[in-house]
Amino acid sequence: MAEQEMDALNEVTQNEYKYGFVTDIEMETIPKGLNEDVVRLISAKKEEPEFMLEFRLDAFRKWQAMDMPDWGHLNIPPIDFQEIIYFAAPKKQEKQSLDEVDPELLDTFNKLGIPLEEQKLLAGVAVDAVFDSVSVKTTFRESLAEKGIIFCSFSEAVKEYPDLIKKYLGKAVPNSDNYFAALNSAVFSDGSFVYIPKGVRCPMELSTYFRINAANTGQFERTLIVADENSYVSYLEGCTAPMRDENQLHAAIVEIITMDDAEVKYSTVQNWYPGDKNGKGGIYNFVTKRGLCKGRNSKISWTQVETGSAITWKYPSCLLVGDNSIGEFYSVAVTNNMQQADTGSKMIHIGKNTKSTIISKGISAGRSHNSYRGLVKVSKNAINSRNFTQCDSLLMGDQCGAHTWPYINVHNKSSIVEHEATTSKISDDQLFYCQQRGLDAEASIGLIVNGYAKEVLNKLPMEFAVEAQKLLAISLEGSVG
Amino acid sequence: MHNNIKYPILETLKEASKLDQSHDMWPGRDNAFHSFLSQGFPHKKLEKWRNTDLSEFLEKDYQYIPNTDPISESDINSIFHCEIHNFETYLFTLHNGAYVYKQSPITTLDNGVVIGSLRSAWESHNDLVKPYLNELTENMLNGMVSLNSALATAGLFVYVPDNVKVEKPVQLVNMINTDKNPFIQAKNLIVVGKNAELTFVQCDDSVNDQDSFMNVVSEFHLKEGAKLDHYKLQNKELSSVLINTSFFSLKKDSKLKTNTITLNGGNIRNETIVNLDGEGAEADIFGLYLADKTQHIDNQVLVRHNAANCYSNELFKGILDDEASAAFNGHILVQPEAQKTNAFQNNKNILLTDTAQVATKPFLEIYADDVKCSHGATVGQLDEDALFYLKQRGICDLNAKMLLMYAFAEDIIRHISIPSLHDSTSDMVSRRLKGELSACNQCVLHCNDQKPMEFDIDLSKI
Repeated sequence: MAEQEMDALNEVTQNEYKYGFVTDIEMETIPKGLNEDVVRLISAKKEEPEFMLEFRLDAFRKWQAMDMPDWGHLNIPPIDFQEIIYFAAPKKQEKQSLDEVDPELLDTFNKLGIPLEEQKLLAGVAVDAVFDSVSVKTTFRESLAEKGIIFCSFSEAVKEYPDLIKKYLGKAVPNSDNYFAALNSAVFSDGSFVYIPKGVRCPMELSTYFRINAANTGQFERTLIVADENSYVSYLEGCTAPMRDENQLHAAIVEIITMDDAEVKYSTVQNWYPGDKNGKGGIYNFVTKRGLCKGRNSKISWTQVETGSAITWKYPSCLLVGDNSIGEFYSVAVTNNMQQADTGSKMIHIGKNTKSTIISKGISAGRSHNSYRGLVKVSKNAINSRNFTQCDSLLMGDQCGAHTWPYINVHNKSSIVEHEATTSKISDDQLFYCQQRGLDAEASIGLIVNGYAKEVLNKLPMEFAVEAQKLLAISLEGSVG
Repeated sequence: MHNNIKYPILETLKEASKLDQSHDMWPGRDNAFHSFLSQGFPHKKLEKWRNTDLSEFLEKDYQYIPNTDPISESDINSIFHCEIHNFETYLFTLHNGAYVYKQSPITTLDNGVVIGSLRSAWESHNDLVKPYLNELTENMLNGMVSLNSALATAGLFVYVPDNVKVEKPVQLVNMINTDKNPFIQAKNLIVVGKNAELTFVQCDDSVNDQDSFMNVVSEFHLKEGAKLDHYKLQNKELSSVLINTSFFSLKKDSKLKTNTITLNGGNIRNETIVNLDGEGAEADIFGLYLADKTQHIDNQVLVRHNAANCYSNELFKGILDDEASAAFNGHILVQPEAQKTNAFQNNKNILLTDTAQVATKPFLEIYADDVKCSHGATVGQLDEDALFYLKQRGICDLNAKMLLMYAFAEDIIRHISIPSLHDSTSDMVSRRLKGELSACNQCVLHCNDQKPMEFDIDLSKI
């Protein structure tokens, strides 16, 4: 590799994490450690009804009987769950208007570029910001309410719409689904709840911004999106965390349920702190995301750009139960330095004529390992189902690894499942072509990588696409080996 | 020991291991048996065995057949003769796991090629056997391999000296014919010297429909510049179990072509481990499986790219009918030093019924950056457009489907480079697709019919 390219690569890979600041804000935390009392305390602090406490305790008991999954191609140092603080919140709560929000906090979100303030009206994005464990501000609530759309923090929803929560909570991700889902179900602090009523097309993008701030805390939020018949919503999620030397755990759950003819588009730009060059610090991102296409002709689409986190363990999935339902998964996962990612998607075809698409683009640089792990399962009754999967890996540097584990199980004769994957490095021809046209090595790489990821980036909403492209460029500056 | 302590065969095996150690055979078998005991029989909780369940078979009442010294040919002449037209081979037979010989258990050809019973060769040609035996066998791969290492002492040994081209293919017929329900171990060792060439045909066959359990491990050593053309032909009864594990080591610039053709297979598992140990080594790994009834065929292929500039290509195709099930698990591992690797992997399946099922996992694990690797997997049906095209031209639905299925399978068949074997396999596949071929009572190459198989199509009208 030409020296110039190496320099470019180094420059990119050495780019510092720019969201690594800490907000000095008065926090209310509970003592660290995890036991039934802590679960009860969290529930009590949130003034939850009895059914929620039971849900949590049930999950906690199941979690105690589970072992941490070890099948991922990941090297996860042992996690001491007793050393984690399970609840941290900014002290002043329940703000009615922006004026009442701690200016320090607003400042934080401004720094992050989160449209909490009116100026962001122009952006037309309704935001629910979750700071450590608690939702601090949800914008545009009133205007959404006019259309009957519910968009609020999870704790508010538990109080105000207990019936809806009771009906849908745990329907896509049962509280004993997996180790981290059970943990989340036991101790989750807050998150967002969205309900789109029948026939409503949500006029703006809804967005949650997650920020871990306090030290030694884990973040356990939970998002529940219910799209009733013939409705539509596009939902965005972003996340950042301060730079700290110790690892922090983020174990979230996202559940999506779509009824007949409904569609939900869920986009994530995940940029948790990835740790330093030597792999010190960073977030463990162990997330369970699952969509349940319950109704006929319903559709759930996951788009994710994963650039952060020390370790990523997540498999956004779709349960295609309704006939003719559609599941989509578009992903760009970038790992650099010592990052590890084991991510992919599961598409479970249960209804007739169900369709799914998986496009996964992995980019690994430095000494990182990036794995795609996916499952396409077509059950016996899912006749005429169709899946197309493409997962490509790009290797940058001779010390990184790229792995692909696709599982395909087909149980009927009328379905078609296709899988294809390639692994290669940026070809010298492509680089030469770009450089010949006057681009320097770095710009060439950026161009090629962006082109490589284009298929996925195109699926992102406009505001996100711009951010994601920048993020991709930052994550990879100079990453050609 | 895992939770399979209950299997009836286990006690017998323990006894057998004690008895067997007393034989003056190669060392390490005792350790292998301990390794087996610690691993147990493979079970569905193991990632690599999630699609193949042996428990149902292991609960049967098998009779363990210990490996014996070579036996004379006269005993089996009545049962077996291979009749592929013009298929001239050096033919060797394992009968219920025992090596069968004509004049002597070891044959030495004029060009120095040694072929014979592994058990006899250990004594008479120890200098040729010792450096290679068990060098490739990985006892920790699974319990079946370590069990084999512990108990199997009979099998075929082939040694091709440097620079020797073996003119005729060497054919090994592994046949089971007994009224007991046999539980058999066999081990083969094949060494191909520098720049030497060998064609090796391995046939697995069962004669009557007794429950049988066969566990075979083969080692193939390809030295620098060696060439091995390897065929596995499998035609087994519904109630048989065959676990076939092959280890290959390819040194610099050696070339391997291995072709696994499964026409009928009660319950077959083929595990192929190819180590590309020297620069410039090339491996083509092909497989075809046609299964119906409740047959189960599991192909596991692990290709380890341990050296730079190697090439590997896997293509496995399968047609599944009735309640048959198949699994394909391909794994390409590219080590950090294996730069400039080219590795391809492809698995295509056709499901003919709603009760057939397939699980496929083409897996890439890559630690080097200057590589070109790709994999693909499809599960689907016959192409509607192609079917329509053929039918439009006056070919009936059934024949059109046959033609398309044959064309699908031909992708593998055409890689058979022995003309007579190619023709008869091709014939058998078409027969098999028409449902005329079941596990036959003669050799695996069911070739008694003089008339070649034809589709009922007047080609002149197409």
